[in-house]
Amino acid sequence: MSLADARPADLAAPPARQAEARKSRREARTRWWLATPALLTIAALSLLPLCIVILYSVLERDSYGGILWALSGEAWIEVFFQRDIFEGTLAPAGAHLAILWRSIRLALITTGLTLLIGVPTAYFIGTRPAHTRNLWLFAITVPFWTSLLIRIIAIGELIRRDGLVNAALLQMGLIDEPLQMLFTDFAIGLGMTYVYLPLMVLPVYAAVQRLDPRLMEAAYDLYASRARTFWRVILPLIRPGVIAGSLLVFIPSLGDYVTPRVLGGGSNLMIGNLIELQFGQGRNWPLGAALALTLMILIGLALIPCARLLRGKAAPHG
Amino acid sequence: MARRFDPQTLPGFGAIAALAFALLYLPLIVLVTYSFNAGDLIGRWEGLSWRWYAQALSNAAIQDAALRSLVLALVAAALSTALAVLAALATTRADQFRPRHAIAAVINQPLVVPEIVMAVALLLLFSMLRQATGLSGMGYLLAAHVTFCIPFAYLPVRARLEGMDANLERAAADLYASPLTVFRRITLPLLAPGILAGFMLAFVISLDNVVISQFIKTAGQETLPTYMLGQLRRGISAEIYAVSTMLVGLSLLILTLSFLVNRTRP
Repeated sequence: MSLADARPADLAAPPARQAEARKSRREARTRWWLATPALLTIAALSLLPLCIVILYSVLERDSYGGILWALSGEAWIEVFFQRDIFEGTLAPAGAHLAILWRSIRLALITTGLTLLIGVPTAYFIGTRPAHTRNLWLFAITVPFWTSLLIRIIAIGELIRRDGLVNAALLQMGLIDEPLQMLFTDFAIGLGMTYVYLPLMVLPVYAAVQRLDPRLMEAAYDLYASRARTFWRVILPLIRPGVIAGSLLVFIPSLGDYVTPRVLGGGSNLMIGNLIELQFGQGRNWPLGAALALTLMILIGLALIPCARLLRGKAAPHG
Repeated sequence: MARRFDPQTLPGFGAIAALAFALLYLPLIVLVTYSFNAGDLIGRWEGLSWRWYAQALSNAAIQDAALRSLVLALVAAALSTALAVLAALATTRADQFRPRHAIAAVINQPLVVPEIVMAVALLLLFSMLRQATGLSGMGYLLAAHVTFCIPFAYLPVRARLEGMDANLERAAADLYASPLTVFRRITLPLLAPGILAGFMLAFVISLDNVVISQFIKTAGQETLPTYMLGQLRRGISAEIYAVSTMLVGLSLLILTLSFLVNRTRP
């Protein structure tokens, strides 16, 4: 970089400062070069394709399953409504709305269950002595790094009609004939709770680890009960971890495709399966694109209350 | 006796944690056990046997898918780690370099998009490219895997870099080592465990991917997970359990290695 490029402030500065400024500009340029390959890859293969999805969602479909290069809002209308072929009137698309509702409900239930199980588990791990804590953490991480598909297959095995759970319930005399658990919404909720539980535990654990035990002791010394100490001291302090965990569970649950496909059978679809249908037998790519964007919008809506909760928690305790 | 708060004894928490670990491990243990079942029927134990492993390993379709998955995961992990290391060098230990947060956000972007959306997006892009260029082949799968592996490789490398002492590199530079020498002799060896951890993470992520591979693969491009997903349609067989057990073993091995490697602090 020549002196002519330098800003006036640099010219006025002593030579040492000028050299410093030149050096930092050179460094910035190097840093940009280093980041470029990764940035270009993500731009070309993640950001650009997302723009293409937006484009496709406002294109017209032709009758052979392809697209026509003409703008149309039809795909977006089809997300929520179905058009009567003869009269052209719109009626709510019951099947789509049922699937959207099932996805939201199951994602919320999954988030709730992972909260109920995950927060105490994370607290338990976080309060172990330092030398055993890493082992507990490792025990949580192992299932997390095991293929999601395999874990779904495993939970399916457990709840089959002649699987271990039914066998155990029959043995105990709690039921007279095997329960149909596989291919129900229950199976999907259970499967998602199982596969996404580590995503709740890990961030909550990170927050628990940063807790100052003196605060809990202080609350307890001031005659707060254990339960009150948990609700009023511990929970507010680990709130950022709890919110992060809830998002990490909610987002993949809402968009899950593998779990409902394997555990839900053919009839209990979620948004992910509905999207896939449009690219498979449905041959309606614009609708598939609009549904994918609907999923993104739903996730965006979920982010708003979380951001508000996080901001509300700006005041530090202690 | 004074009231003391023992944070380790919130009532019921230990029991819930025990339930959580049971929930996490019981299904996997059952699956692994049944992979050694001698009988044809799943659900009825008829003694120990390797027959499903023998059958899986001699199944040409499984061999083909496994080989493709392994090569894909190796190449995708190597490429994404290389890109992630460069990006991590650009975005760490630089308080004056303002755009570093924005760059990091772009690099982590694939993490915040649901997999199914990314799968659809890549399907649309690749079908356009296939039509325009007439090329099909493994390049598309590889490009997709490299992309979603980048953030996973980036995280451990960045964490390691942030914990590294810049004074060592400064000292080397003061002693007239060229920037390349400093990088080769100081930065790289110190960073190695982070790079290895990033590579292994990316490898596992690529190896396990189902959704994106399922959407963008074309005929004859089955990976192990997409093959397994396809087989599930035909009903479950203990052969799939044997393949699953081998995959779980591989993931466990890699995870243990990266756990051990990462214990060496910078």
